[in-house]
Formats: sequence, structure tokens, C-alpha cells
Amino acid sequence: MSRRTAHALGDGAIPRWLHPGAWWVWALGLATAASRTTSPIVLALIVAVAGWVVSRRRPDAPWSRSYSVFLRVGLVVIAIRVAFTVVLGAGIGAHVLVTLPEIPLPEWMAGVSIGGPVTAEELLLSVYLGLVLATMLACIGAANSLASPARLLASVPAALYEVGVAVVVAMTFAPQLVGDVARVRTARRLRGRSDRGVRAFVGSVMPVLEGALERAVDLAAAMDSRGYGRTGPVAPRVRRTGSALLLLGVVGTCVGVYALLDGGTPGSVALPLLVLGLAAGLLGMRLAGRRAIRTRYRPDPWALPEWLVSLSGVVPAVTLVVMSVLDPDVLVGQTAPLTWPGLPVIPVLAVAFAALAGVVAPRPPGTAAVRDVAPARRRELEEVAA
Amino acid sequence: MIRFEDVSVTYDGAVAPVLSHVDLHVPEGELVLVVGRTGTGKSTLLRCVNGLVPHFTGGTLSGRVTVAGRDTRWHPPRELADVVGIVPQDPLSGFVTDMVEDELAYGMESIGLAPDVMRRRVEETLDLLGLADLRHRPLLSLSGGQRQRVAIGAVLTTHPKVLVLDEPTSALDPGAAEEVLAALQRLVHDLGVTVLLAEHRLERVVQYADRVVVVPGDGAPLVVGSPADVMVSAPVAPPVVELGRLAGWSPLPLTVRDARRAAGPLRERLAPLVDEAARRSRSTLHVVDGDPALSTSDLVVRHGSVPALRGVTLTADRGEIVAVMGRNGAGKSTLLSTLIGLHVPHSGSAAVGGAVPATLRGRELVRRVGLVPQEPTDLLVADRVGEECASSDRDCGVAAGTTRAMLDRLAPGIDDGTHPRDLSEGQRLALALSVVLAARPPVLLLDEPTRGLDYSAKQRLVTTLRELAATGHCVLLATHDVELAAEVATRVVVLADGEVVADGPATDVVVGSPMFAPQVSKVLSPQPWLTVSEVAAALVAAS
Repeated sequence: MSRRTAHALGDGAIPRWLHPGAWWVWALGLATAASRTTSPIVLALIVAVAGWVVSRRRPDAPWSRSYSVFLRVGLVVIAIRVAFTVVLGAGIGAHVLVTLPEIPLPEWMAGVSIGGPVTAEELLLSVYLGLVLATMLACIGAANSLASPARLLASVPAALYEVGVAVVVAMTFAPQLVGDVARVRTARRLRGRSDRGVRAFVGSVMPVLEGALERAVDLAAAMDSRGYGRTGPVAPRVRRTGSALLLLGVVGTCVGVYALLDGGTPGSVALPLLVLGLAAGLLGMRLAGRRAIRTRYRPDPWALPEWLVSLSGVVPAVTLVVMSVLDPDVLVGQTAPLTWPGLPVIPVLAVAFAALAGVVAPRPPGTAAVRDVAPARRRELEEVAA
Repeated sequence: MIRFEDVSVTYDGAVAPVLSHVDLHVPEGELVLVVGRTGTGKSTLLRCVNGLVPHFTGGTLSGRVTVAGRDTRWHPPRELADVVGIVPQDPLSGFVTDMVEDELAYGMESIGLAPDVMRRRVEETLDLLGLADLRHRPLLSLSGGQRQRVAIGAVLTTHPKVLVLDEPTSALDPGAAEEVLAALQRLVHDLGVTVLLAEHRLERVVQYADRVVVVPGDGAPLVVGSPADVMVSAPVAPPVVELGRLAGWSPLPLTVRDARRAAGPLRERLAPLVDEAARRSRSTLHVVDGDPALSTSDLVVRHGSVPALRGVTLTADRGEIVAVMGRNGAGKSTLLSTLIGLHVPHSGSAAVGGAVPATLRGRELVRRVGLVPQEPTDLLVADRVGEECASSDRDCGVAAGTTRAMLDRLAPGIDDGTHPRDLSEGQRLALALSVVLAARPPVLLLDEPTRGLDYSAKQRLVTTLRELAATGHCVLLATHDVELAAEVATRVVVLADGEVVADGPATDVVVGSPMFAPQVSKVLSPQPWLTVSEVAAALVAAS
């Protein structure tokens, strides 16, 4: 693909895979934005924008159905949060909805209460907090639907490749496990045993794990036979230095990112940590990458659409992070006193900007071919009619 | 190209070696077929070629294996990836990526080929194996035959000199198997690839082989020879060869075409016997007492929004053996699972013994209908055969020892302490069958029962099924194995795209069908003979 075609935007572009890294930057940007607010309107908008982009740009592949799975997991998270509040809540707030019978607890557990009054304020707060987690999950789900884990792997630097493979194998493990559980449940039914309840679950754990292990061994054999892990000659000292730097870099980056997101650590500590970590990591990768002899088949280019998609995710993240420092009240979903959630204009606009990704990204291959048939056919028919 | 010199392999903890003192030389450009019963060490032999044995599996290998001059002692599998391509039995288990095109490129990426070389070879391979339309498809969405071709393509892109395949057609319908074998044929002829191939379904592959290696097992020496020579004395042979032996043809034909050319006199001898034989054979007892054993009417089953069955109407009585055939994905397995209540019909109805299967639970279910799934191991839960039998007795609520007695009838001599995984495929099937039969269900469903079975195990299965039918069971089996269907079925139902396209006595349905006709029928058509034993019986009766 020439540079020029790679730069083409949107529906008019030749269908191609967008660089998976761009989708992940976009999705993580949205997730960062979600982590900074409890405003239900902003959160709902993030979920909506992510859903809209997924519906427009997801490929026709098994992994692309993961968005709805993540949404459902998000609902479960909210439900669990609410359930905990109902049972363990302290009953702070004026509007008591219902009073549950309180279970007396021994004295040393003072401060914890089971049952008691359930207030609207507390309930609403727990819904908002649950919604934050659910929204972040939805963002991860969107990234999963739009970019397959394996494609992301293809763009991982050579030095991290082998770690990356382990991660991807682990990620494909989960859906296969679901399939295995279904198979074992079927077998229980065929044997005339109950296929529901706790006993059925316990009885199916061993066969499922056995199957998963066997598959992992098969996969390892196949990868070994196909040249996975062939290495070039490199001096041991260079190799060790590379590994050490890499490890240092990963730790530094993780701590830096955590400090930055946490908000409690001053930026003067977090930022240098992050920068140092990244630098060490990059140097380590360069050194460790010398061992790898892997080449890459049709690497996804990083062109204009990739820049725009990443940008459309970074904008909401930066806006909300900055606002959470400057004007934190706007981003809080008010629960005490109970009010209707307000409309924070700037965050809403920033999040809406993320929808740009759905417009500028080229369509993935495969899906477009089907849709392209319609206009072409129409033209043909028009010609015949004329 | 491949040289085994005095090779013995002993796995850790095993008492006896799997292979002992094997000497074998495969020259460049040959297609060598490896045959032998299950568990005799065929897979071990194949996996020695690229060093998976012993580098990956562990165990001790003595002697020397060299491939293209490289000794597997010093070269682990990854260092042999550019000379040996190995395709595992289940292609899905060996896929590393998730799209067709990426999978084809994976091996080349690993050995570090230049991007333009990779691009060119992927295109060449897509054309060579007829995969161009599938390049952007996810691997999980492919049919069995397509998967197998992608798996072959994925190892071909590194231009290996040797291709090793473990039962490449055992899970495929006859059409898909033809596709795969045609592709292999092309590789051998056009590119001079050396192919080492293990397969139970001799009738499919023996005509393509340059040489046959018999692995007898138990440490006996290998038998190596041209297909015709080996087939003359082989204990197992495809029907066309057995027919040739019966008729005394020399040279022994290996293909249907050769056999047809030799079969003129035999057809003349058989012509007057056709009517007589037709009357005598295939007369089965139908036990028609009220309800049919199983019935479906206008059955529609969907997987999500995809219809798997579109209005299937079918009945079967006790004493019948019905073979359900059709290509991969035609709805065979769905029909079977609906009959045991794993799927709820979208519309229409399914009934076994007058009850709706989806509403039955536990013992109610297993006393009416039993299913042996494609992978019999799925059904087995215990660590030992003895425990398995005992737990089956409890599940079914029958007297202790019932399952064990059934197992002793189907496959005598299995020790109680054996782990089900250590049994041969045939024994494992027998165990699963005993578990299902312990509750004495009048309806027995079998999904692809001969996958991985050798001829002798298949013969035992045929005997068992006939006995079951004779004692009033209704047997419904989904199968790709035309020879099995010809041997055992009283009726054949062909499914295509979720609909019944043919339903009738085996002879009527399979004779003249290019896809579902057994070899004997192809050789002797238009006369309606299906199996060698039928022909033999007719000849004996006439003389």
C-alpha cells in the first residue's frame, strides 16, 4: 500500500486494518476520561460513543462480538456494587427508601453494619461509582472488538514479542474455556446427571482444565514446529543488560502511570517517573530486539487515520484530566443533596469528539466488500434501465 | 531426504519402547503412507521427523534421525521449521493467529524472511491451495476442509522440503477429503515435496501413495513396500483391494478406475445373482409397535440467527440402522443433539419414544435415548475404567456391574485400573458406548463413530451395531464414512443445508451417487452391490 492510499480517510478509503495500536490508544483515552468523572451523563455518553464507533468499524470476526460481552459484565459490576451498598451501607443521607432488619454484630466489628436503612443518596452514589467501572470495561471491550489481540501482537516490538504471545494465548484461552464448559455440561446431560447447580459446576472443573491444558500443549508444539523462538546470535552481556533495562522500564512506567491516574501523587513526582521508565524501557527493547530475527508480514501503516483516531481518544482524556484538577466539581455526579445530574458542557463536547474515530477510520477488509456490492449493483441496474 | 537409522523411542515411565530399531529411508519427492493400528507409534514416527520427539515430548531416542542432512539431535523443532512442515491431526489446535492470511505468514515471520518474499509466497500459496477467496476470513469461521487446507498452506509458505501430515482426512466429508488430497497430489507432482502421511482411511489415500510403511507395533520391524505389494498381504485393506483379492485380480487394483477395468467378468458372473441377493440381504426386522422409536416433523433448529435444520421430517423404527450423511455443516450433529434435547426446536417437533427430549432430565432421558458424541472422551469422567463403569451404573440406576458386563462384551480384556486416556480409540469408543448402553435406551445416536478407528475396530463396531438392531434398538448414526454406511445401514438419509435431500434404503440412495457410493458400488455399478461381504456371500451361494 502506498503512503498516499494509507492516508485516505473514512468510508471512501480502500478498506484496510487500522493499526491496532491506534484503536487501543483511542479506547484507553476514553477509559482514562471515564476514570476521572462520576457524572452519569458523561459516562453514558462515553459508552454510547464507543458503541457507535464499534458498530461502524468492527470487522466480521468472532472476537468483534466482545463489546456486548463487556457491556454485560459492566452491568453485573453495577449490580454487585448496589447489592453491597444495600447490605452493608451506613445509611447516610436524608431519603430513606427502605429499612432492612439489622443484624447485630459483635462489638469488635463496630463501624460495620449489616442491614439497616437504605438511602437514595447512597444507592445513587453506588450506581455512579459502578457506572465508572462499567464504562471503563466498555472501552476495553470496544478496543477488543475493533482490533484483534493477535493483530496487536504483530505490532509489538520484537523484544516483547515472546511475552506478547503468552498474553495473547492467555486471552484466547478464556473464550475456549467457555466452549469447554458447554461441552462438559452437555456430557453431564448425556450421562443422565444434573447439568445445573453447584455440584454440576464442581464436577466440570477438572475436565475443563484438563482440556485447556491439553490444548495449550498442542499449541506449544505447533508453534515450536513453526519456528517460534528462533534467535540470532547476541553477546550474553548485551542480552542481560537489555533484559535488566526492560524490566526497570516496565516497573517505572507502571508506577508512573498509576501515580498519574491516582491523582493523589503530585505531578512533579509522577511525570519524571513515567518519562524515565519509558526511556529505560525503550533502550532495553532496542538491545533485546537485536536477538530477534522475526520479520513482519504486511505491517499496518501508521498514517493520517491512525493519528486522527488516536487524537480523538487523547482529547477527552486530556480534557477531563485537566478539568479534574482545575474544576473538579463539574465532573462529580451530585448525590447529596439529591439533584438531577447537570450537563457539564466542556467534558461532553470533549467526549463527543471521540466519535470522530468512527468517521475517519477506514473500514476493515471483508465487511466492506459485502456493503460495496449494493451501490455497484445499483449502478449496473441503472445502466440497464437507461 | 528423511533417514531413520536404528531409531528406538521410549517415553518416560513407559516399560517398552514405542518404536524399536526403526530403519527407514524416504527419498526426495516421494509420498509415503504410514499405516498401522491406533497406538502402534505412527504419530511418534511422524513427530520424530521434525524433532518434536524427543525435544518436546521428552523420552529417550536412540539412533539417528536426519532430515535434509540435519540431525534432529542438534536441531530442535524450531531450527527445522524451514525444512519440515508438520500438520497436526486437529488443524484448529495448531493455529497461532486468527485470520487466514496471517496464519499463512506466521511461519515465514518466525524464520525471518524478507517482507516482499513473504508477500509473494502468501499469494502463491493462496492460489496453489484454492484459498484466495478466504484470505480475510477468520479461521474459526472455516469449514473442516478449508481449515485443513489452511493448515497445509501455513506450513508450505516456508517452502519445506518435507511435509508431515497426521490423519489429514479423518474428520472430513468425502468431498473435502478429495480437495485436500488433490492439493497434496499437486505439491508432490509440481513442487517435488516429500510427503509423509498417516491415515486410517486407506480407501481414500492408498492410490496416491508411492510407498506404504506399515507400523505393526509391539516393537516388530516396519514393513515397507509399494502399495500393491503391501496390500496383497496386509491384514487391513480398502474394499477395492479386498474385492480384487476375492476376484483374484492381478495386479491388485488400488483405484476404483483400475478395478472397474478388471471387473467385466465379475460383473457378468454377478448379473444373474442380483435379484436373489437383494431379496436375501437387507431384510431387517422392523418392530412397529405403536409409536416410531424416533420422529421429527418439520423440525427447524437455529444457532443464533443461522438455521441449522430447515424443516426436517424423519421417522425411524426399532430395528433400523439409519445412516445420516452429508457434507460438514449440513446439520447432522444438530439433528442428533436435538433428538437428545440439547437444542430446543425453533418450530416443528422432535420426539423419542413418544416423549419430547428437551423436557427430559437425568434418568428419564438416558433410559429413552443415548448419544455417543464425536469425541467419546467427553463422556468419560473418571480416572479409571473401573470407576467409570461404577459411576455409570449409579447414574443410570442399574444393578452394579451392568456397564462392566457390557464393556466386556464390546471390548473384552480391559483392565479396571487403566486410565481412559490410555485406551486405544476403539476401546475408548467401546467404553463410551457401554456407558450409554447401560441404561438400555431403545434409541442410540452415534456422532461420527469411526473417526480415528482402524479397520478391525470398525469391524467390531459394525458387529455391535448389528446386534443392537437385532435386539430391537433403533440406531441413528451421523457419518462421513461411506464404507461404514454401506456395511451397516439399512437406510440412508442425506442432509444438505439443513434439509433432507434423500431418504431410502441404502442401496437406492448411495448407488450412483458420486459422493456417497462405497468403492464396491463404484466398481460394480449399475449393479447394486455395496460391500465385499455381500459379493462374497452371493458367489458362495451360487457355486
